Amino acid sequence: MVIGLEHYLIVGAIVFTLGMAGIILNRKNVIIIMMSIELILLAVNINLVAFSAQLHDLTGQIFGLFILTVAAAEAAIGLAILVTYFRNRRTIAVEDINMMKG
Amino acid sequence: METLHIALTHALPETILAVGVILMVLIGAFRGKADDGPMSEIAVVVLGAALVAIILKTTGSGIVFDNAFIDDRFGDFMKALSLGGSIVTLLMAGDFFRGQGINKFEFPILIVLATLGMLMLISANGLIALYLGLELMSLALYVTAALSRDDARASEAGLKYFVLGALSSGMLLYGASLLYGFSGAVSFAGIAGAIGGHPNMGVIFGMVFLVAGLAFKMSVVPFHMWTPDVYEGAPTPVTAFFASAPKVAAVAIATRVIYTAFPGATLQWQQLVIFMSIASMALGSFAAIRQDNIKRLMAYSSIGHMGFALVGLAAGTAEGVQGVLIYMAIYIVMTLGTFAAILSMRVAGHPVEKISDLSGLAKTNGTMAFFLAMLMVSLSGVPPLAGFFAKWYVFLAAVEAKLFGLAVIGVLLSTVAAFYYWRIIKVMYFDEAAPAFDRPNLTLRAVLAVSTVSMLLYWVYPAPLVQAAEGAAKSLF
Repeated sequence: MVIGLEHYLIVGAIVFTLGMAGIILNRKNVIIIMMSIELILLAVNINLVAFSAQLHDLTGQIFGLFILTVAAAEAAIGLAILVTYFRNRRTIAVEDINMMKG
Repeated sequence: METLHIALTHALPETILAVGVILMVLIGAFRGKADDGPMSEIAVVVLGAALVAIILKTTGSGIVFDNAFIDDRFGDFMKALSLGGSIVTLLMAGDFFRGQGINKFEFPILIVLATLGMLMLISANGLIALYLGLELMSLALYVTAALSRDDARASEAGLKYFVLGALSSGMLLYGASLLYGFSGAVSFAGIAGAIGGHPNMGVIFGMVFLVAGLAFKMSVVPFHMWTPDVYEGAPTPVTAFFASAPKVAAVAIATRVIYTAFPGATLQWQQLVIFMSIASMALGSFAAIRQDNIKRLMAYSSIGHMGFALVGLAAGTAEGVQGVLIYMAIYIVMTLGTFAAILSMRVAGHPVEKISDLSGLAKTNGTMAFFLAMLMVSLSGVPPLAGFFAKWYVFLAAVEAKLFGLAVIGVLLSTVAAFYYWRIIKVMYFDEAAPAFDRPNLTLRAVLAVSTVSMLLYWVYPAPLVQAAEGAAKSLF
């Protein structure tokens, strides 16, 4: 079997959907949401690298490198906000994030 | 070397902000104190220098940095609005943060960084530049939302904003990857060229994901769910900032993407924009009615206003873009004025934010009550105040583009929205007096007065704004 572009795109789509589902369905822990966000960004990178190889064009891989860099910064900021949240509330359960409603 | 010189001339405002923010970080680090000291003033000077660079610009349009950065009059108009919003926010914020004991020097730095991101976002001419500008803006905004570290509501607001913001960036990126793969280009012009008049399925999927990601930043339905919580939880000056400058940048990039990258898929994006527009206007009008927190009410108000701005975008013509530009200019002035009034709501040194706290304001502070009432009238879109003209231009463009249904629904929903704006006037003028507010400082009074007077007298001399918006809109086509 030859592994073609479609296979990479399907893997990317599955990983992306897993990430989305992880954010929307998860009721337990904010750390799992952070991991789901990383999954989404990695799915995008799979797509970009597959397209880049298919098109014989380096731009996609450069885009991927930028995404990796920004994802690191994003995770750092997300964890910092999570730490201040934990210090105030002593919990990071998703179902407890409900001080404001309406 | 010559080309770098040209590129930096075109990106002069961004260069000023980037160099300025690095200097500010160094000053902050070497001062060795945690309080803000002169940082706010330095930030205002840096932002003001960038604004002056835009106003006095003599060079024409240009595309530099290997097709990633476009410098045109549309960008200049939106950048001037964003910079204005950031400057006014910084001027209003100082006293509030000192009163709360959270006057950290990082706040002005984060505002300048976020503004730099907005400017890069407005000038983005390709998917990579769009993503980097958007993230530079968003990452700074996540931190400012959670700035009040010991306040549980502020950290909850920051956490919600971060999680949903990261989700929307993910969707935007997935769309960008599909667009890159199916069109083989990352520049907007390249994507438009590859689409031609016949978009394939991959491109349409990519476009929908990309527009969804941008819709989140504009806070239009169905990607609005973060807005009320973040507006309520974040410190009030930060809320004022969220409601002004980043909205302008998000609307600017959505307009640019739609008009320069997808002219060949008009049928598809128009349906999307019309749906988001009607849904936002409806939610903004109905959900605000039962709010009792004024910051939350302003959140729904901003969702509704973004819906009205999208009416102009849906028209798909230069008149429509002109309408969007005028709408954003008037919206940002009204919003900043209203937030100046909300920041003035302090009783015995403590900020209050319930609508009932405004009761009987006409008896205790008649001037403020009058100014706030006029802003509410303007927000609800009653002639001859500026808010009416903002709506008039976008609806006119929609009618000329034969979108009669959209225009009629918009006008009907704006009368529903008038209800909750007028309720605030009723509370201020006809209810029993609540405890009087402290006397607001000079900046807040000045912002409130200037904003109200410019809304009241806009009809006397509308030509400068209309002409500037017309020139800016034409540069997109």
